[in-house]
Parts: sequence; C-alpha cells; structure tokens
Amino acid sequence: MDALTFAVQLLNGLQYGLVLFLVASGLTLVFGILGVINLAHGAFYMLGAYLAWWIAAYTGSFMLALIGGVAISFVLGLLLEEIFVKRMIGRDHLAQVLLSFGLILVIDEVRQILFGKDVHSVAPPAWLKGSIQLTDILSYPVYRIALCVVCLVLAALIFFVIQRTRLGMIIRAGAENRDMTRALGIPFDKVNRYVFAGGIALAALGGILVSPISTVFPGMGDGMLILSFVVVVLGGIGSVAGAAIGALMIGLTDTFGKVFFPQFSSILIYVLMAGILLWRPNGLMGKGN
Amino acid sequence: MSRMISSGSSLNRRSLLLGTAGLVTAASAFRFPTPAIAQGAPLKVGFMLPYSGTFAKLGKFIDDGFRLYVEQQGGTLGGRRIEFVQVDDESKPETATDNMNRLVGREKVDVVVGTVHSGVAMAMVKVARDTNTMLVIPNAGVNEATGPMCAPNIFRTSFSNWQVCEPMGKVMFDAGHRKVATITWRYAAGQQMVGAFGEGFKKVGGTVIEDLALPFPEVEFQALITRIATLKPDAVFAFFAGGGAVKFVKDYAAAGLNKAIPLYGAGFLTDGTIPAQGESANGLRTTLHYADDLDNPADRKFLADFKAKTGADGDIYAVQGYDAGALLHEGLKAVKGDWSARNDVVRSMRAARIDSPRGPLSFNAAGNPIQNIYLREVRNGRNELVSIAGQAVNDPARGCRVS
Repeated sequence: MDALTFAVQLLNGLQYGLVLFLVASGLTLVFGILGVINLAHGAFYMLGAYLAWWIAAYTGSFMLALIGGVAISFVLGLLLEEIFVKRMIGRDHLAQVLLSFGLILVIDEVRQILFGKDVHSVAPPAWLKGSIQLTDILSYPVYRIALCVVCLVLAALIFFVIQRTRLGMIIRAGAENRDMTRALGIPFDKVNRYVFAGGIALAALGGILVSPISTVFPGMGDGMLILSFVVVVLGGIGSVAGAAIGALMIGLTDTFGKVFFPQFSSILIYVLMAGILLWRPNGLMGKGN
Repeated sequence: MSRMISSGSSLNRRSLLLGTAGLVTAASAFRFPTPAIAQGAPLKVGFMLPYSGTFAKLGKFIDDGFRLYVEQQGGTLGGRRIEFVQVDDESKPETATDNMNRLVGREKVDVVVGTVHSGVAMAMVKVARDTNTMLVIPNAGVNEATGPMCAPNIFRTSFSNWQVCEPMGKVMFDAGHRKVATITWRYAAGQQMVGAFGEGFKKVGGTVIEDLALPFPEVEFQALITRIATLKPDAVFAFFAGGGAVKFVKDYAAAGLNKAIPLYGAGFLTDGTIPAQGESANGLRTTLHYADDLDNPADRKFLADFKAKTGADGDIYAVQGYDAGALLHEGLKAVKGDWSARNDVVRSMRAARIDSPRGPLSFNAAGNPIQNIYLREVRNGRNELVSIAGQAVNDPARGCRVS
C-alpha cells in the first residue's frame, strides 16, 4: 500500500469515525446525564434522513432540509421528554428500554405512513457537488471532506458548550451528582429536557448530514444504533471526549480491517471493544476506572 | 431491528384474521363433506409471500401477477376453479416452517406459491419435500432449491442465482476485460452470484483478481472502493440489492471510478433502484431474465393488462407470479383439472413451454426455468435491452438427483 492510498484510507476512516461521533455523542449525553437508555436513537437518525429527503424534495434546498430537519427533531425531542421520558428518569433500565423500544415501533410506523418505505437519495448542495482528483482514477467527493469539517466544528461546539458555558457546568454537575445538584437549587430538570432534545437533534443531524452520501432507507438506523452503543461503551458512558476517541478508533479499525483483514472485518470492532473493556471496564474515559 | 419489529406487530392482526378464516373454512368443510378431488371443488392455492416488511411490494406484485393470469383464464386454471389462501411470511426464516405447515396442514392447500426471501424458501422446500406438497417458487434464487434439495413436486418460475450471473462472464470478456474484481455482501446469495460470474468469466479465459466482500447488510463501502482504485482492475462485477445497491452505485460514481473502471452487475443492482440512483446509474450494464423494453407481444399484453388491473407498471416480480399461474395452467390443462392425477400434472408441468412476457420459458429436470438471460443497460431511467447474453440458459442443477 503506497503512501497516497494509505492517506486516502486514513481519510475514509476518520470521516466514518466523525459521523459515528456525531450520532453517538447524542446517545452518550442522554445516557450519561439523564441516565436514560434510548434505544430509539437509531430511529431518530433514520427519521432525520427521511425528513431531509422530504424537505429537500419539496423545497429543493439541502440547507432548508438541514435546518428544518434539526428543528423538527429538536421540538419532537422536547415533546417526548415532557410526555414520556421525564417519567423514566431514575426508573430502572428495563422500563426505559421498553419505552424506547415502543418509540422505535411508533417512529417506524409513522415513517411508513408519512414517507413510505422506498429507498431515496438526497442531492448535496450544488456548491459541494464536485470532487477532487486524487489519483489518475480515484477522486474524492467534496461533500465528504465538507462533512469532516462540519463534524469537527460540531465536536468543537459540543466541547465548548460543555466545558465553557454555564449550561455545560450544570450538565456536568448533574452528571456528577444529580441529587446534590437539585438540592443546591439548580434547575437541573429543565436542563434535562434540553439535553434530551439536543441528543435527539444530534441523531437526526447525523442522519441528515449523511443522507447525500448514504441513501435514505427504512433500516438505516439499526446498524447505526448498535455502533453508537459500541462507541458509548468504549468511550465511557456520558463522556463526550470518550465518545470522540471511541468513534475515531472504530472508524479507523473498521476501514483498515476491511482492507487488511477482509475475512474478519465484521468482528474486529467487537474484538477491539472487548479488549478495551478488559483493560478499562468502564470505558476509556469512564468514571471509576 | 425496527423493521423486523414493525412487521411483527402486523403479524398478530393478520394471523388472527387468517386463523379465523381457517376456522370458518374448517367448519364449513365439516358440515358439507365433499371429496377434495371432485371436479367441482376449487383447487386451493396458498400464497406464502411477504405482504409486509421490506419485500412487501414484491410479494404484492407476485400475488397480483398470479391472479391476473387466473382472471385471464376466467377464474380457472386448466378448467379448474381456483381458490386462494394468503399467509404473510414477513421474510422471516424463523417462522417459515410454521407458516408452511399451517398452509399444508390446517388449510390443506393443493399448491403453495412462495416466496421472495431465499432463507424462507429453503424452509418451505423442506416442508414441501416432507409432505409431497406442490411448491412453485416465484422469486427466491437460492441455487439449492433446484439443486441438492430438488424434488418432482418443486418448481421455480424465477431464476437461480447461478443462472442470472454466469452469462455475464462471457459478456465482460467479450467487452475486452481480462482482469476483474468482484464485490458483494458476504452471505449466501451474494456468494452464489459472484461465484457463478467467476465461473463464467474463468471459463472463457478471464481472471478474477480479487473477491471483495463486506458483512450483510453493511453499507460503508468507502474502504473497498478505495481498494478497487488501487487494484485497478479492467472492470468490476457487483451484486447488491435495495438500499445497498443504491448506495454502492452512487459511491462508486462519486469516487469517479465509473469513468475509469466500468461497473457491471447482477440485474438486481439496478432493478427498482434507478430513481434513487439517478445519474450515477447511467450506462451501468447488468444481466437478468427480463428487461424494461423487451417489446414482444406477450410482454406488451401482460404490461397492459397488469396496468389495467392494478394501476401499476408490471415488473419482473409480477411476471414471475404470472408465469407461476401459467405453469399450473399447463399442468391442470393436461389432466382436464383432475388433481388426483398429480403425476401427470407434474409431468406436463416439467414439459411446459410457456410464451412468457420474458420470452420463451421451459423447465429442466430439476424444475428450474430454462430462459434467456438479457444484457441490459441503464438508459433513460430504465433497464433497456442491449442483447441476449445467454440463449436458453439452463442451470446445471448441481446435486439434484431427480431426473
């Protein structure tokens, strides 16, 4: 493998990892801060992609689809938190699993009614349509590079909010000790709602951003949900930094696994997860290591 | 996961309805005992097809196609009235044996028509062999069904995985390609299709330099596409279907590979997926036992009638259902509708020559169709006929001991 090919595969792995991070960061926030296991995370990823397709089909604008899809998902997240999820905070995980399982069924059925079950594709914005010639035959779509940049910016934004803002301080305090935070009179429960809605919006955003390079189809969230859980467990539950490291590790392992060990590529990421958990049972950045 | 579950929710409702229907028919049979083989009694055809889930549209088209044929014969096949029973197999192999046993045992159907999913079809084949029930497979291409698992009472009106891919070997060799890479999902259908292509390609002197595969149903192709760019084969042969087919074709074009390394594939790569693939599918060449513009009289009539009946444009799945009806018609016609002479029915079905919308259709000793395989190219948003890649292609039916 020459240096250029290696660099391209490295880029493939990084780009895959960054998308994984975007989706998994929402899952780890909801899991770490609300203590709620949200199995429907993958369903929101799919819903985001379908919303993007739907809005883009009507308006012809990917940017509108991006903004509209995130806004709709965020409002949906607020509503779901108010109606269902807040009752689940502090309950045992089985109840949460059942609720989010039910949400998967409902979201799937709603998707079926509103959008059907056909496979769709979404056009990227015109100014990102081109591609860069890498070798005599291989070129790299500009959109994929833009996707990397957007994911990096979003990652920086998430870190900034959590580490540098008052909201982030409350979030971190709540994740550390929920009861003490409440006892100090901090409006932690109100913050919960925004964290949940934000998590949902991040899942949907992942689906929207991926829709131009992926395709929009009914089962697209299933694989993403499992990978997101692997990322969350690998990085340590509730740790955004852990999710970032975990996602990049999985993206690179998967990409190079497919190239060097094609026969084992499907199990490599799980071997990686098992190895890391043996070494650090609470994940890379998890509490209590 | 979610897809599986959502179709599960409709199982209860549907199976409840079916169960009730079963009770009603059982009760009426009890009250008016009539000999099952009497000329007047309708022949009972059980559809075991996916009416929900990913393949629901395929199941409906097969069902509609079959019913269209029966309607054209005035509600009969070979002069015998036909009665239908439906079971939704949901493309779930784990419930396939139960569903099949229900049709054979409780509903006492004479013929089962099904299904789309190969795993489900294999479970059906086993039951059909054990109970000597007539089975007509209207889609599933798994080689074994008309290979090691073949039986006189098992027919297929679709294709075998081997059959639709083997002729592509010669097509690509004749196009000047000598070193080819293949790519598919690592599962039975993918490996049978790619294997058959490799067989055909090596036979005429070509070399398969690498078989690339990724786990089913993963769609992260980027690493393997980069790998193809470094391998620099003369061409690539691919098999994917549904969402995976759309994404692969788009990714391949987005990487610019379609300009330097032509992409070929099994017909499923571009069947029903062209609207979502858009421009990236243009010029893609695939092989299948049907094309969108065959333009023979049988095809024109079929497409017009299908449109009139359902309002939808017929496709290969509808044709396969339609031909399942035609095949049974041939069998029943020979015995004037007397199902008790089933050995004669089977013999006539094996010898049937059908003027199918896909072209001439006959059957080999294993019950697999002998048919033309067409080379198609994506133009104007559809799979247009280029040439006949293989005339009257016959699956070798390896492992079949029925003849």
